[in-house]
Order: sequence, then C-alpha cells, then structure tokens
Amino acid sequence: MDSRLLTSAVTLRVNGTVHRLTLDNRSTLLDTLREDLDLTGAKKGCDHGQCGSCTVLVDGRRVNCCLLLTVACDGSEITTVEGLSDGWSLHPVQEAFLARDAFQCGYCTPGQVCSAVGALREMAEGRPSAVTVGTEPPSGAAEIRERMSGNLCRCAAYPNIVRAVGDAAERAAEWWERTP
Amino acid sequence: MEFLRPADWTEALAAKAAHPSAVPIAGGTDVMVEINFGLRRPDALIDLNRIVELREWEVGADTVRLGAAVPYSRIIDELPTELPGLALAAHTVGSPQIRNRGGVGGNLGAASPAGDSHPPLLAAGAEVEVASVRGTRRIPVEEFYTGVKRNALAPDELIRCVHIKRADGPQQFSKVGTRNAMVIAVCAFGLALHPATRTVGTGLGSVAPTPVRAGAAERFLEQALDEAGLWDSGGVVPPAVAGKFADLVVAAANPIDDVRGTAGYRRHALAVLARRTLDWVWDEYRGKEWGRACA
Amino acid sequence: MTGPDAATATPTAPAGGSTRPPQSADDQDPRGLGASVAPADALAKAQGTYPYAADLWAEGLLWAALLRSPHPHARITRIDTAPALALPGVACVVTAEDVPGEALHGRRVHDRPVFASELVRHHGEPIAAVAADHPDTARLAAAAIVVEYEVLEPVTDPEQAFSAPPLHPDGNLVRHIPLHFGDPDVVGDVVVEGLYRVGRQDPAPIGAEAGLAVPRPDGGVELYVASTDPHADRDLVAACFGLAKERVKVVVTGVPGAMGDREDAGMQISLGLLALRTGRPVKLVATREEAFLGHAHRHPTLLRYRHHADTEGRLVKVEAQILLDAGAYADTSSDALAAAVAFAAGPYVVPHAFVEGWAVRTNNPPSGHVRGEGAMQVCAAYEGQMDKLAAKLGMDPLDLRMRNVMATGDLMPTSQTVTCPAPVGELLRAVREEPLPPLPVGDDEQDWLLPGGPDGAGDPAAVRRGVGYALGMVHMLGIEGADEVSTATVRISEDSATVICAAVDTGQGFATLARQIVQEVLGVAEVHVAPVDTDLPPAGASARGRHTWVSGGAVERAARMVRTQLLQPLAAKFGMSVELLTIADGKITSYDGVLSTTVAEALGGKELWATAQCRPHPTEPLDEFGQGDAFVGLAFAAMRAVVDVDVELGTVRVVEVTVAQDVGRVLNPNQLAARIEAGVAQGVGMALMEDLRTARGVVQRPGFTGYPLPTALDTPEVRIAKLIEDRDVVATFGAKAAGAVPVVVAPAAVASAVRAATGRPINRLPIRPQNAIVAQG
Repeated sequence: MDSRLLTSAVTLRVNGTVHRLTLDNRSTLLDTLREDLDLTGAKKGCDHGQCGSCTVLVDGRRVNCCLLLTVACDGSEITTVEGLSDGWSLHPVQEAFLARDAFQCGYCTPGQVCSAVGALREMAEGRPSAVTVGTEPPSGAAEIRERMSGNLCRCAAYPNIVRAVGDAAERAAEWWERTP
Repeated sequence: MEFLRPADWTEALAAKAAHPSAVPIAGGTDVMVEINFGLRRPDALIDLNRIVELREWEVGADTVRLGAAVPYSRIIDELPTELPGLALAAHTVGSPQIRNRGGVGGNLGAASPAGDSHPPLLAAGAEVEVASVRGTRRIPVEEFYTGVKRNALAPDELIRCVHIKRADGPQQFSKVGTRNAMVIAVCAFGLALHPATRTVGTGLGSVAPTPVRAGAAERFLEQALDEAGLWDSGGVVPPAVAGKFADLVVAAANPIDDVRGTAGYRRHALAVLARRTLDWVWDEYRGKEWGRACA
Repeated sequence: MTGPDAATATPTAPAGGSTRPPQSADDQDPRGLGASVAPADALAKAQGTYPYAADLWAEGLLWAALLRSPHPHARITRIDTAPALALPGVACVVTAEDVPGEALHGRRVHDRPVFASELVRHHGEPIAAVAADHPDTARLAAAAIVVEYEVLEPVTDPEQAFSAPPLHPDGNLVRHIPLHFGDPDVVGDVVVEGLYRVGRQDPAPIGAEAGLAVPRPDGGVELYVASTDPHADRDLVAACFGLAKERVKVVVTGVPGAMGDREDAGMQISLGLLALRTGRPVKLVATREEAFLGHAHRHPTLLRYRHHADTEGRLVKVEAQILLDAGAYADTSSDALAAAVAFAAGPYVVPHAFVEGWAVRTNNPPSGHVRGEGAMQVCAAYEGQMDKLAAKLGMDPLDLRMRNVMATGDLMPTSQTVTCPAPVGELLRAVREEPLPPLPVGDDEQDWLLPGGPDGAGDPAAVRRGVGYALGMVHMLGIEGADEVSTATVRISEDSATVICAAVDTGQGFATLARQIVQEVLGVAEVHVAPVDTDLPPAGASARGRHTWVSGGAVERAARMVRTQLLQPLAAKFGMSVELLTIADGKITSYDGVLSTTVAEALGGKELWATAQCRPHPTEPLDEFGQGDAFVGLAFAAMRAVVDVDVELGTVRVVEVTVAQDVGRVLNPNQLAARIEAGVAQGVGMALMEDLRTARGVVQRPGFTGYPLPTALDTPEVRIAKLIEDRDVVATFGAKAAGAVPVVVAPAAVASAVRAATGRPINRLPIRPQNAIVAQG
C-alpha cells in the first residue's frame, strides 16, 4: 500500500511549542508524546481509558490520551504535566500535591495532576458533577472524590490527593485566568 | 491503516461509500478500546472530528436532535431538562475524562449491551438518523440493535444524530456495578413516564444480548395506572402493581453469567431497579421529589 | 532524560540519579526521626520527570514482545518461529532452545521453565520472545509464531490437585504443614464451624512490567528494571544466561507500584536473552493484559475452621484446614503457607491448636508474594469464626475478642513466645472508644454517598449500616531461617551526606527514612540517597517491612561509625568523650558549650566513609509439627469498619475504617498515616471487588474493567484512633513496619461489618452482592 495512506502530517501545539510531525495513522497521542516528543510524563497504565494515568489536557479539557489518535488531534492545543510548571515555578496543583505528599510510587501522579487541573477548571465553570447539590459551589471531599474518580491510584494515596485538590481549588482558578 | 479526514458530512458519506469497511471515529472512547485491545484492526478510519454538526444539538417542539458526537459532559450540562434520563445515564459513563470525549454515536455504533446510553434512549423513545450517499433514514432505536455488538447500519452508512423525544414527564436511570465509579453495568434500567400520552417507556441494559425494552411490562403498567385512575388521582402505585411490573421487566431479560455478575443476580437486581425507578418517577409525577439528586 | 535523538547507547538517569530534596526545601523543613520529612523524589514525581523503566530509551533499541500460551494446560507438539523471523523488522526470536544456562528458575524453588517447550502449565506462560524494530512489529511477530498444542484437561480445583496426576515433576504438593500444638482430644463447650474462601487478589500496579536490557562490551548485560530484589533477580537471570553474576548488572529504575514482588523474572530473562543475542538494547513494556497474566497473585485460599470455647467465651481449641492454590509453580508459596498456618488462630491465646496447611499446584495462574501473604486469608477466616462464636454464645463480639487477646509473653501455636510488644487488647479498646460517624439524616441525604456511588441505584430506604471489628497480625522480615541482612554505606563531605544502600524504595519511603536517619545521627540537613544497582552490596527484598528494620539498621550503624570518626579527633583534642558532643543543624557542640564548630570545619576537607551491616537474630524453619521460632518480629492492628449496605441489591460502601496499630515507634507521622490509608484501601479492594477470575484455568477479562480497583469513591475515610509506640527492643529504632498489617485486617473488618448489617454469614472474599442481600418480607 502507498505509504502516504498509512501516515499523516499533523500540527500539534504541545505545552506552547508547535510540532509538525508525520506520523503513522495508528499512533495514539500517548505514544506520540512519549515516543516522538520525549514527553514521558503521561504514563501508559492500561491503554484502554480505565486508569487515567495518561490524562492530559486537549484544548483545555482533560482526556485519556491513550484513546486519542494523534492524527485526529491535528491543530489541537495540548498541555501535559511537563507544561504545567515552568522550571521551578510549579502549578498550584503540583504545589498542593507536594505539600500534601499526595503520592507514593508516583506513577499515576502526572495523570492525577492533569486530571485535577481539568477538574478544577470544570468546577470553576460551574459544571456539575454527579454529587453536586443544587447550585452550591462544589468543594466537599465527596465532590472531589467523584471528580477524581477517573484516576486510579493503586498505592491509594487518595486521602492526600483529595486534600491536595481541595487546597489547590482557589489558586488553580487564578492560573487558568493567567493562561489563555 | 488509512486515516480519512472528511471536512464535512457530504465528504464523510462519500468516504464511507468508498471504504465500507472503514470505522468511523469521533471521541474514540469506544473504537480505540477495541483497536488498542487488538480486537479490531480496521483498514481505515474515518475521523468525524472536523464535522461540526455532529457536536451540535437542537431542541424542537417534541424532540431533541442530538448530534452523534455531542460529548456526555455536554449532555449533562446542557440538556438535563430535555433529556433527564439520558443525562443521568451520561453521568455514569466511564470517568470524567471519558465523558469529555465520548458521545451517544459511539455507544450506538458499538451496540454493546452494556452501553449506558441505550436504556434511556429506549425508554424515552428515539430514532437514530443514519445516512449514506444513497440517502437518509431514521431507525427506531429498538430496531437499531440487531445482535451482540451488532446494529442495523448498512456498510456505507454513518450515524448522524439521534432524535429523542423531549421529556414530557419524569425519567429515571439506574445501574448496578461492581464499584462506586467507573462502572460497567452489571445491569441497568431506564424508565420514562409520558403523562401526555399516558404511556411509559423502559430500557434494559446488560441483561440480554442487546439492549431491550420490556414491552409487556410497559403495557401492563399503562393499563394498571389507567384502570386505577392513577394518572388523574396521583395516587400511590399499589405494591402489587409495582411487583408485577418488576416481574415483567425481568421476563424481558435474558442475562448471562460473567465476571461482573451471575444471571441470577442480574435478574434479582433488575427487579429491584424496576421497582425503585417506578417509585422515583411516580413520586416525581405526584409532585413530590425525593430520594435522589437530579442532574 | 534523553529522547530518540540522543546519541548514546546507555540509558539515562534511572531512578532519580541522585535524589535531591525539593528545591523549596529550606531550613524550616522538618528533619530527623519522628518528623514528617517529605520524600526527596516528590518534586520529580509531581512534575512527571521521575523515570520508570517504561520511560527509558537507548539509541538503536529493539522492542520485545512475548508469546504466551492461550491454554492453561497443553502439550506443545510443534513450535515454528520461521513466520515471525520472516516479517520485516524482526531481529530475533528466542525459545527454550536458546536459553544458554539454567532452563528453570523461580524465587524459592527452581521449578519454572524460562519458556515452556513441552508442557504449558498455566494460561499466559511464556513460550517465545521476539525483538523487532517497532513494538507493533514485535507483537505481530510473536502472534505469527506457530505453536501446535495438544490441549490437556486443566486441574483448576485445588482440592482435586491431591488426586490428580502430577502437573509437574516435583508433584502437586508444594508444601504440607501439619501443626500440632497441645492436646488433640480437648473439646470445648461450644463449637462453631465455618468454611471460608478468599479470591485471587492481584497486585495490579498501575505501571505494568517494563524493562530495558543493554548488552555490555564484555559479553554481559545490564537490565534496567523496577526490581524489588535486585540481587536475587541478578543471580536468577545470570544463571539462565549461563553468565557469571558479575557480568550481569541490574539497575533499579523507578518502581511504578509494588504490592507484591517485582519485576516478573520471566520478562527479565527474555529481555536479557534478546539483548545478548542481538547485541542491541532491547526494551519491553507489558500490556495491561500481559501484566495480569505474567506476575504472581495472592493465593486463592479455602479454609475450614472449627473453634472450641468454654461457656465464658475463652478459646479452648482451634482446628483448621488451610488450602492454598499455588497455581502452576511454587514461587513463594512455602512462605505464605507458613504464615497462614502459624497465624491460623490470630492474635488470640489458644491452648490447643491443630492446623493442616497445604499449598498445591494447579493449572491456575501462579501465586506468590503479595503484601500480607497467608496472614490476610486466615485473618478473614478466624475473625469470621470469632463473630460466629460470639453469636452462638450470645456475647458481644468485642467482649469475646477482648477475653482472648494475646499479649507479650504468650505462646503462639508454633510454640514461639511472643517477645515483642503485643498490645492487642489496648488496640481493640482504642478503636472501640472512637465515636462512630453520624448517620446522614434529613435534607443532607443528597450528600450521602450511597452504595453504588453517585447516580448509582442506591435507595436510602434500603440501606442498613453495619459496624464490624477485626484484629490481626502479620510477620515482619523473612521467616524460617532466611538470612536477613543488609549493608549500607554512609559518606559525609562538607555539609552533605550520601547513603549508598541497595534497598529499593518502592514508594514505601525507605529513601526518606534513610535521609531521616542520617539527619538524626550526623546533624546534616542535606542527605542524598544514591541510585540502586547490583554493584552495591546486597540489601535484600523490599517486602515485609524489611528495609525499615534491616536496611534502616545498616544505615544507622554506618552513620554512627561516621559520627565517631568525625568526633573522635575533636573529643581527643578537648579531652572529652565522644558522648559529650552533639551534632545538630550542621554544628558540633560540647555539653559545656566550650567546643562549637561546624561539621564542615571538623571535616577539614576530608570525606568520611563507613559501611555497616545489620543482621537481625536468626529464625528457624517450622518442624514436622509446625513448631519453631520462625519469625523475628510481629505487628498487630485492630480495625473497626463502618459500612452501608443496600440490602436489596447487596451493594456495599465502606464509610469509614478506624485503625489502631502497633507501630513500635513513629518515624515519620505523615508517611505512616499514608501507609495505613493505603493498606486499608487495598484491603477494602480485597473485601469488595478484587478477584482475578478464571474459567477452566483461563484468566477472564484481564484488564481494569474485568478486574476493578478501588477508585477515590470506593476508598473510605480512614481514622487513626491510636498508634501504640511500645518500642520493639530488637527492631531498629524500635519501629515496626506499617504497610502490611492494614491489608491483613481491613478485609476481615469489612466482612464483619457487612455481617452485622445483613445477618448473612459473609464467608467469601471479595463479598459478592448476592451474598449481602437480605431476603425481603
């Protein structure tokens, strides 16, 4: 078969840098980030959207990037865990994870962090969760647990993850305002 | 694997006509699981992400036209009043990340008996609009599922949208799973009351080779409510009626044993769901709403 | 980290390089023992730069894939690798024929072929390995290998293993322990019997097996893997390669979760063979499905119990039969069985005990070391028996337990005297006295997370709350004569110190502890922990809390030796003994304030090094009647679980677990709390959902949907009622390992609570919803 049919050219903006790549159509965004762009922060836990370790932000929304074909992301703005901090200046969620020691082995952490960033944005926008009551601002532990329920942590650092996400809520909103 | 990126619906239909074995993909949450599992190695994919209309919805007088790729998270946000049953079900789909990408079109295309959209679509009443270069047709959703992970699509057809009846009464959705989040249904049940026509709709998930309606249960309940004048009186549904309704719902099921649950447990749980959702919708109909959060 | 364009043949920066404290660290940060020192690798983990094996890269690497058996039991009649080799991009295929050294391997018993060649004994057993230029090519090539099987009837019921034809030349019985303690003819006034089953929990780390093998110019090979026992792995793989140990180096990468042994030895051998054959670096990252097929699981266990008591509720005799399903190979089944038999009666005083334990081979997936091995299964059973006995006697289950609790000085049924602190009664009192969480009432009902989760099927009207209690115990360190030893080196120069020790930090916090120890002893804030590889002296496995004790002990001794070297000249100069000098915050001062200098000045540009070992007192194997001093240390915990059960659907949500634990000494409060929370969550998973199912030996739906793990919504609030700090005088710092005992006790506590809510027996874990339904009307 004509190899042009098996590959596609895509343009991605990843953590603010534009990449023009020609990729096998089968490549998932997760593999592209890890193998082609050397961004190994996003992890492969299950490859089926069941663990959340590969969570990144695509056009500001948290997604499991193991379930996204890179070629389908042409023109998208992608933020990975590497793009959340600028050198020593950490994202508020990362700072909260450090302050709360919200990890053990650390493997699920990049996905947890990106998921928390996405979740806090969804909360700030007033998107309801399944435990949202009326129009009250969401903040309780049950609310955060529900919003973080797509990210498995086998070391079960959940209590500290939930605390960290709660801590970060206010400051994360400011971060989003600064970041277009 | 060839990757086709039609810019609009016409191009998409042409692509599907030219590559009938190509698999359409939008959010990817159904198709990619199969590809990553190695269960599917399609020759070609048709990427529907550039087709804006698939991510749009429109509320009409009687129906909602829901684009095939409107993500679940937007159904929850934007259509909880018009499609309450579907919005409840959407809340239980996978994880927040999955809900940001996945939509009803993928669920219909995959036609898994465990798909969470099916029971509320069956209960509310819906037609799937499919199209090909040959033309467009609407398939009543109960005729759409033809077997385990099989549907009524012709090889050259794509799912464009679903026309779902706007809620004219209370709707509920319930599912039983093995944990408190990221649950694949052990069994699921959707129930819709249609006071205007004094009818009820049901949808059963994960308890038969395909999602199914419990027609006999619907007719029994309609008749029982009618005969007792309950639509007008707003009286309590007698336990015997609820029990018989649940029995008839279970009679429509044909479950199997698998890692998630046994056939016996599925029947038992389905009866519980049928009774509970009937309680909930009827309480809501009677103007009293308690027992669960609404989306 | 380097990327694909890096022009280097050596993989970069495994396991943190030197693990620096976060940049935000300042002088105010807690340090030393007893403080909540943050892990040094935290910053890298939060930024996603902490490297795991799957993240490594080497120029020119090939990708490996394994061909695994689809059958649990089959004779292999033909293997044809030619179709795989014919595929473009395939560099090498290896099968059993290509193993140059030992054909068999295993963690305790060498009974497992590197590749099956004649007989397949379990679903997923490796048959061949492929190296190719792309991971997909490698997988396709593995699938292209032609294997003809003569499918055999699998033996999947461990009770059938006794009479079935041998599945292995070693026979079907891995080990039998008949424990005889006391008088067999004694009978109690009250007798209760029970049959209990515990399912197959999988360690299910989120990071699947992965590794990178790099050939060395000298004909050796380096393996970059998340090994939890690097020297044992090196010895095992070197034997299979037919190489001297010195020519194989295992370099430990970040460990992506370890609730059991890592890293699958079969994978390491395959990787190394491919690298040796091709002369190129080879990388393998297991799929999620392979991970479930490749590594060892918790032993599924069948337990029959008979408890005898007098009318006052004092235990008289415990009789038990315990059958562990070892799966196809022995692995560490012998250890798990010893723990199960020795702890069969739990932390109770029992004058007479008769326990028959067996570990048998089947064609099921192999079982091995998973946190709380053996101890967890029996805890579920003996605590079920205590609930049953209380019901029969009409006693409060807590009073019954309190009447029988073990204490220091009591005898275990192995005739070993419990010499360590055993504050079992105090633990139970502590959880009993904690207030219960309030029931959600009134309008707040919508805040009530019902069983089934948000938008699940829960109905408040059908929910019953249950409260249950459990006590349990677990051993620390290796048992039955295992040579427990670790070696550590401490170096100090200027104002920083370095710890060099081959103890792997799996996330359990050893590196943090090592820093705390050195901070405490040498008074320096900046302590680095060197990366681990097998060029260092052995430290043994990261399991059973070993490193807190054995490696922590070695670090402390080495640090004290350095301290003496540092202070001796000063003490001599000022005519005082070393004991009169203190080091804190980088400053050395004498008791009278006459001497005051800095560590850097005292060093005078020199570096000081010391190396020390720690070897706890030896244990002995259990004898032919299950008797002997087989354990070095024991840890205990009491738990109270509060559950909500939807009694129509049988769904359960664990609302809260209250823990009282015997910890010896709190070395790091935050880390300790986190370990306990983690253990509880893993125990809740065992209680409610985790069971890797098989059908006629074939693993069903090996993935995170078929095998659900607890999410944030399934994990209860954990309340720590009390941490009892009775120092264990023989343990390093008097501290007891904290991670395993919650895993042992939590499942039993949850089962007890569900029993209380439903009145159902609950004799099977994980609890199936059909067993937690209360019949209506």
